[in-house]
Amino acid sequence: MSNIPAELRYAKSHEWVRLEHDGTAYVGISEHAQDAMGDLVYVELPEVGQTVAVADETGVVESVKAASDIYAPVSGEIIAVNEALNDTPELVNQDCYGDGWLYQIKLADKADLDGLLSAEDYAAQLEEDA
Amino acid sequence: MPYIPHTPEDVQSMLDAIGVARIEDLFDEIPAHLKAGALEKLPDGLTEMEVTALMAARARQDESAVCFIGAGAYEHHIPAAVWEIATRGEYYTAYTPYQAEASQGTLQTIYEYQSMIAHLTGMDVSNASVYDGASGLSEAVLMALRANRKSKASRVLMPAAVHPLYRRATRDIVTNQGVTIEEVPFCNERGITLLESLAPYAGEDYAALVIAQPNFFGCLEDVDALTDWAHANNMLVIAVVNPTSLALLKPPGEWGSGGVDIVVGEGQPLGVPLSSGGPYFGFMCCKQQHVRQMPGRIIGRTVDMDGKPGFALTLQAREQHIRRSKATSNICTNQGLAMTAATIYMSLLGADGLASVAGHCHANTNLLADKLCAIKGVKRRFSSATFHEVVIELPQSANLTLKALAAKNILGGYSLAPAYGFDNAMLVCATEVRTQDEIEQYAAALAEVLA
Amino acid sequence: MNREAQLIFEVSKAGRRAYSQAPKPVADDKLNDLPAALRRQSKPLLPEVSELQVVRHYTNLSSKNFAIDKQFYPLGSCTMKYNPRGANRAAMLPGFLKRHPLAPESHSQGYLACLFELQEFLKEVTGMKGVSLTPMAGAQGEFAGVAMIRAYHEARNDHERTEILVPEAAHGTNPATAVMCGYKVREVPVNDDGDVDLEALKAACGPQTAGLMMTNPSTCGVFERQVEAIAKAVHEAGGLLYYDGANLNAILGKVRPGDMGFDVIHMNLHKTFATPHGGGGPGAGPVGVSERLKPFLPTPIVGQDGDSYRWLTDADLPQTIGHLSAFMGNAGVLLRAYYYARALGREGMLRVGEYSSLAANYMLKRLQQVGYTAAYPDRRASHEFILTLAKEAKAFDVSAMDVAKRLLDYNQHAPTTYFPLLVPECLLIEPTETETKEALDEFIDAMARILEEARENPELVKGAPYSQPVRRLDDVRAARELNLVFRPGASA
Repeated sequence: MSNIPAELRYAKSHEWVRLEHDGTAYVGISEHAQDAMGDLVYVELPEVGQTVAVADETGVVESVKAASDIYAPVSGEIIAVNEALNDTPELVNQDCYGDGWLYQIKLADKADLDGLLSAEDYAAQLEEDA
Repeated sequence: MPYIPHTPEDVQSMLDAIGVARIEDLFDEIPAHLKAGALEKLPDGLTEMEVTALMAARARQDESAVCFIGAGAYEHHIPAAVWEIATRGEYYTAYTPYQAEASQGTLQTIYEYQSMIAHLTGMDVSNASVYDGASGLSEAVLMALRANRKSKASRVLMPAAVHPLYRRATRDIVTNQGVTIEEVPFCNERGITLLESLAPYAGEDYAALVIAQPNFFGCLEDVDALTDWAHANNMLVIAVVNPTSLALLKPPGEWGSGGVDIVVGEGQPLGVPLSSGGPYFGFMCCKQQHVRQMPGRIIGRTVDMDGKPGFALTLQAREQHIRRSKATSNICTNQGLAMTAATIYMSLLGADGLASVAGHCHANTNLLADKLCAIKGVKRRFSSATFHEVVIELPQSANLTLKALAAKNILGGYSLAPAYGFDNAMLVCATEVRTQDEIEQYAAALAEVLA
Repeated sequence: MNREAQLIFEVSKAGRRAYSQAPKPVADDKLNDLPAALRRQSKPLLPEVSELQVVRHYTNLSSKNFAIDKQFYPLGSCTMKYNPRGANRAAMLPGFLKRHPLAPESHSQGYLACLFELQEFLKEVTGMKGVSLTPMAGAQGEFAGVAMIRAYHEARNDHERTEILVPEAAHGTNPATAVMCGYKVREVPVNDDGDVDLEALKAACGPQTAGLMMTNPSTCGVFERQVEAIAKAVHEAGGLLYYDGANLNAILGKVRPGDMGFDVIHMNLHKTFATPHGGGGPGAGPVGVSERLKPFLPTPIVGQDGDSYRWLTDADLPQTIGHLSAFMGNAGVLLRAYYYARALGREGMLRVGEYSSLAANYMLKRLQQVGYTAAYPDRRASHEFILTLAKEAKAFDVSAMDVAKRLLDYNQHAPTTYFPLLVPECLLIEPTETETKEALDEFIDAMARILEEARENPELVKGAPYSQPVRRLDDVRAARELNLVFRPGASA
């Protein structure tokens, strides 16, 4: 069973969101997603300053055998991206909920979070897909 | 039954193993009314001797003339070793190197090819080749649209002095995606693209400027100024170059202050015969930062599980078999054999040999132009410096003149009437294989035709 | 340094040259008219080697390849049949090799005659009404085909069609091509028996449908039995039907795409017409069309005027989708295909589908007998078939890739692995009509032994291959630490 931290929210497309106190949020991909991809060799990140809507494409994670789009789980403005991934995409494999975060977003509408899954619901979805 | 090896006993034992009585039974899932008839319009099969004789007679029909046409395809001497090795069964009958362990020959050859082309163009990286120069330009245009993040526009600037057949193929391919190609005029007197012709586009949003060196007329563009202008206007630069010329001319990686972004060109001059237009190969290089936007196969050097060096396909996530509708292109082949020939050719010639070839082409073309221009009413059409190829203006229709020359078995050049409306102008070329005798014969024949 | 993988650059030595390979240098004063600012300042890094060194290096490299001329090469969907040597010699006759692509028609009649006849032959074997030979590969043929579909709808002022339907088992080129032609892609599911889900297809058809791209026999290695119903559904919605000729070898001489209702097709001459794969190209992907798409064919095409041949131009075909290359596409490949067509003739052509299907069905049956699982056990194989190793993957932790790699140790080229994507742990096997029964049996025996090895010593299979110049390569390193160009001093 893959690790699904209870304090995060999840998109059906396997991104996670961590809400910070200042109204921003970090976004990454779940352990299940990184495991399914295998060793990542490249992560394409969005541009800082870009404004995105829910489900917009905000980058790509790439392994030797697959490439998968990253969809914005919430709307808002990208305020930071994880530059370390340019040289060390394997951080996503090693620590997908920590050092392997993808980008930070300033939420346009907190209500977007309500459209996401709880850890429990996400675990149920994985169960169903299996 | 050519090439089918089975004896009647083989066939019977296979049918028995399957459990059917006849081969026809294997097609019992196909609705009967869809079955093909007897293919009556096909001729009877022929033996190797018969087909060879038939094709040899056809080949001889086309063989008699001496060729002074260039226009994107050039007759060069090809060392004997080039195609003797390239058509070895191990290269000729191998598939795309998906099983890397059983394809190290092809993979290493491609890596060496990528290295040679990157050094020749002065660029960071190369792919394993695309179909030809013209379709390569269309791929470069689409690539520039993806790679230029500063540009939102779906349009590029294309000088009219770029090869008309390249412009046509590029237009026909990219307009399906709604891409616009804006043509930039050339200077009618000098035959090159001037900065003042670009001035109206300054500050406008175009993804890229295409620069051909030499351009279609053989004229040498001021590539440094054009490159810097494009970069100053947030455009990428796509260079279109003749690989032979790069032994002598400044490589695109050094144009202007930053070098160009993408290079494409026709690889045929590097050891590939004229062969009616193909198979040739398009070479394609770029700066490192754009490599993930490059279409086509790319080979990387790596190690195996024992740490031994080896080669493998890499960056495959760009390609159609993984990325499907989001791939950089639908291309799945490279022009492997032609590319292999070019790798052997470049190894045999080296930098000095290639420079000799380029030098002779240039000297021979100048000699030809001088001889032709000694005829009354014949002159060079443009005043710019040229390389390897030159536009000649005649006192009469180029189409008619070329027809009269062809009747004397001289293919005298390529008429500029259809593409440019220059009714009396033709593009001529004499590579290193044209002898002084042949050049003089041409001049004499032209004098007769014009007399 | 590992000598076996030594690069040509690493045997290079400053000052060495293959003197007889290039003309003697020209005098510097012949180059004086080239402006100094446009001249190259430093020599490009190309090898400095002798003629023998080059010949030996590339001969040795070639020997590291598997090839049809050396091994059985049952790559599914690739039709690795024998490439006749006679075709190569004929295409490399001096008259063909020296013909300039822009030579006038007066000096091209021999070449044009071959191409014209090839066009006619391809029409006859496919049942299509017009053919253009010019696309340079299957993918470019697909591009031409879908561009014609677009041109057709636009010529009718039908601008609402934005979507191309593609079965989910399709080759990746199909969706990639549709996008290159400016379309959106909608995938259609495939049933458990390998046929398209007809109801889902009907539901997907509508006024937005520009066309459907499909392969038949499909990428599942079976004949699509509902092809006529599919054609009807797409045509009734106003869409056109595209035939991907990847598997034409299965039905050559038996069924013609034109008779199945397809409007446009491409053929892979490097598969069906035995032209070489060349380590990844060049191929040739001619397109054939029904009557209503003839005006849109890509140029150039060869036409006939009485006894002579000429190029049909934009003046003859004002609605053409245009040119896809500078000249005539892969002319030399077309000549090889012409040779093949003449050598086979009518009776040979009629047998290709029959004997490629015989070999495939024989192998399928025998491999089932030795213990492998067919993906579609209730179906006839076409010219190829799919095994699924899902059971073995679970029981022994041995994957389809492991089996593929182990086959190399038995001197058998691996089948296609992991395609189509919808069958787990699959091997797609295509023997072709040109292999002897003994060759098929050797492969079957090797597969039987590998299955035993997987049961008894799975680590052996998982570590394969052992007999090749290298063992499994580090793809992750290749992608993370890109080394695409040799640079002296950089680490290997």
